[in-house]
Amino acid sequence: MKRKEEFLEFLTKSTLGAFTLVVGLIFPFTTLLVLVWESLPAIERFGVLDFLTGRTWDPVAEVFGALPALFGTLLVTFIASLIALPVSVGIAIFIAELSPDKLKPIFSTATELLGAIPSIIYGMWGLFVIAPLMADYVEPFLQETLGRVPLIGKLFEGAPTGVDALTSGFILSVMIIPFMSAIVKDSFEMTPALLKEAGYGLGATKWEVVKNIIIPYSLPGIVGGMVLSVGRALGETMAVAFLTGNVHQIPLSLLEPLTTITVSIANEFTEADTDIYLSSLYYLALILFVMSFGLLMLAKFLILERLGKRWGTKNA
Amino acid sequence: MGKMSNATPLKIDVRNFNFYYGQHRALQDINMQIYERRVTAIIGPSGCGKTTLLRSFNRMHDLYPGNRYEGEIILYPDEVNITNSRVDPIMIRMRIGMVFQKPNPFPKSIYENVAYGLRLKGVKKKSVLDEKVEEALRSAALWEEVKDRLRENAYSLSGGQQQRLCIARAIAPEPEVLLFDEPTSALDPISTSKIEDLVVQLKDKLTIIIVTHNMQQAARVSDFTAFMYMGKLVEFGATEKMFTKPDNKLTEDYITGRFG
Amino acid sequence: MGNKERIRKELLKRKAINVVMLSLSTLTALYGLVWLFWILADVVLNGFKFINLELFLNDPTPPGIEGGGLRHAFVGHFIITSIATLIGVPIGIGAGIFFAEYGRHIPFVKGLRSVTDVIVSFPSIVVGTLVYAVMVKPVGHFMAISGSVALALLMIPVIAITTDEILKLVPNSLREAGFALGAHRWQVIKDISLSAAKRGILTGVILGIARISGETAPLLFTAFNNNFFTTDPTQPMASLTVTIFQYAMGPYDEWHGQAWAAALILTFGTLIFFISAKLLVHGVRKY
Repeated sequence: MKRKEEFLEFLTKSTLGAFTLVVGLIFPFTTLLVLVWESLPAIERFGVLDFLTGRTWDPVAEVFGALPALFGTLLVTFIASLIALPVSVGIAIFIAELSPDKLKPIFSTATELLGAIPSIIYGMWGLFVIAPLMADYVEPFLQETLGRVPLIGKLFEGAPTGVDALTSGFILSVMIIPFMSAIVKDSFEMTPALLKEAGYGLGATKWEVVKNIIIPYSLPGIVGGMVLSVGRALGETMAVAFLTGNVHQIPLSLLEPLTTITVSIANEFTEADTDIYLSSLYYLALILFVMSFGLLMLAKFLILERLGKRWGTKNA
Repeated sequence: MGKMSNATPLKIDVRNFNFYYGQHRALQDINMQIYERRVTAIIGPSGCGKTTLLRSFNRMHDLYPGNRYEGEIILYPDEVNITNSRVDPIMIRMRIGMVFQKPNPFPKSIYENVAYGLRLKGVKKKSVLDEKVEEALRSAALWEEVKDRLRENAYSLSGGQQQRLCIARAIAPEPEVLLFDEPTSALDPISTSKIEDLVVQLKDKLTIIIVTHNMQQAARVSDFTAFMYMGKLVEFGATEKMFTKPDNKLTEDYITGRFG
Repeated sequence: MGNKERIRKELLKRKAINVVMLSLSTLTALYGLVWLFWILADVVLNGFKFINLELFLNDPTPPGIEGGGLRHAFVGHFIITSIATLIGVPIGIGAGIFFAEYGRHIPFVKGLRSVTDVIVSFPSIVVGTLVYAVMVKPVGHFMAISGSVALALLMIPVIAITTDEILKLVPNSLREAGFALGAHRWQVIKDISLSAAKRGILTGVILGIARISGETAPLLFTAFNNNFFTTDPTQPMASLTVTIFQYAMGPYDEWHGQAWAAALILTFGTLIFFISAKLLVHGVRKY
């Protein structure tokens, strides 16, 4: 009787412990090892710095450089974050502070639903609906207006096709808004009512309370949410898979096609006919892994945990 | 210590007992005796270590890391040292039951709450379970109120009823000792007095140790009282004597409400 | 007098700024809603007209020949997701239980939990490349089961983290009551923690399924694709998402139409999962 229970205790603990090891240690560690192992041929052939700064991606000549894909990844993510940040903060302010209590869950759920739509749907919708609109209306309009401005104008040169950095970044921004606004909203809602009341008690308007009390108080959450979203955007594949054009070049304007790490892998992985080609794609995956894992860890440990502790707003 | 202690056998003997949370020594050299079928109250200001001592009796501190017992707590009649790490805490907890500060029924039916301890002991037969559950609920003065709704969720009961359910749950497996950790601190006066009556009735069957911050409660229900302060046992004796002419100045100050 | 006037003016200015900023915030909320409804409307409008019985009952025909369907992809998607769920749910829940019940005070386990929390946002395509290297390459061909493993790996952290969070909501005093009666830890977990948290855990499971049922990238080099109907998990298998990818990129209008139809079903399938999880959460008892 007692023996049996102690055996079950041991069995439960060791099984669950093994599962935990699989999730938290073996899985991420194996991923890193496998990626390194598979990219070894490419690492040997191209080195680290030369690969990162190599501008050529030529499967026929077997010369591979990551710079176009890396640059494309960063550019698209940058555009997406630039659009998503103000919108997400706006949505968070609206849901946390402005919307009537009855509408709150509706707006919250609607934003979450936006985030629950599969990314392939974003990609397809972007290709069939948004890209033509961009090509026919938005991009010519931008060329007419911003394109005339010196310096900035350079960013809008080229034939508007809708398959370019701008459209990719835009679609990606719609995808990360729900994620970013949810984190920002959560940190807003952790502001103690007492602090807000202190602001109102001094005669502050709602906006002044938001600007001077809520935003400073939840700053770690906002920054953390921002970094987490960037980490996520880096690894997003399908939403931009149709929209970048998958051209290994460094775009000189926002209207030129480009590629990202994820898009290159998605499109070329099964077509890679030589070992060095496949190995180079793994090398790209390794770079992506290191970047996004590093960024996510940074967001989690440095910003959400440490800053949060210091500010007393830990909400990881 | 009066006639009473001479007439009753010892149930628990605490000898030079120390308790550490990590580096912090929370209990220092505690020596006290718990007598069988008597109610022993432990009183003292918050943070004095009374709950820490109570939770040592059933090794609840084992659930969290970094805790250490030193010294002995001997449980009679078999003279087993409760705090010995080779002693299985589960065996101890089956012999020493506990009722907590706030009512904490399981999210199960009333019946299943009371039956849980019996099931742990391996009781499977429905007729035995039924009988013991009824007995425990009767002893907890709850039977009449719940006999027609045994299958309802325990959360449908009021706070006072929930606490009596927790008492029934604790006594169903027939423990030798029952620990009460400020059992009425979350209850209204009427529920409190029902629980106090119960405590007095239950001592016919088992030994009771009750931690309370309420001195009147200690005076009303207990036969012996221990006064603790800053992790030390200041004074221990028959309740009547403690509340009329305590030996220690500190005890007197606390009892007369000069601090605490 | 002049001072009063200045304060009044200043106040008016502050109030004006207030109105402007709050309106902007409202606009951003509407901006979010616009995209939601726009996407859903397009998916419905474009997909609905291609939904018919043949879509579900027939397998693809060569381009140009009428009457092809996506039966192979629906069945494939169901099989791949189901196997992934069977692998992922027990491991995910198990790890979540360990985090909350055994490892709450152990620094090493807390570290593992933080890593798991980070993996939730892992690039899913990287998981695809991982599974390709360890399962597909050694065997020599694409397999549905390897797609399931990739999806399971994505699902496990999600379920583990939600299970852990839900279990941490179960008051510790309930566990202590169980221990005080002489229960072993596994008994406390089974009879008390899990029974108090089962709804929340179910929510986590549904969210996990919702997350993987829309994934494409990890399937591209694992389950791959298949133009023929198969139920053999050791063979390449079509899924809705990869089929959408293939058809949307393809040159035929009929493919585009079927891709929209598949998109419609996939989107609403995912959203239904998501909404039912949310509804379950609102029913979770508060302690």
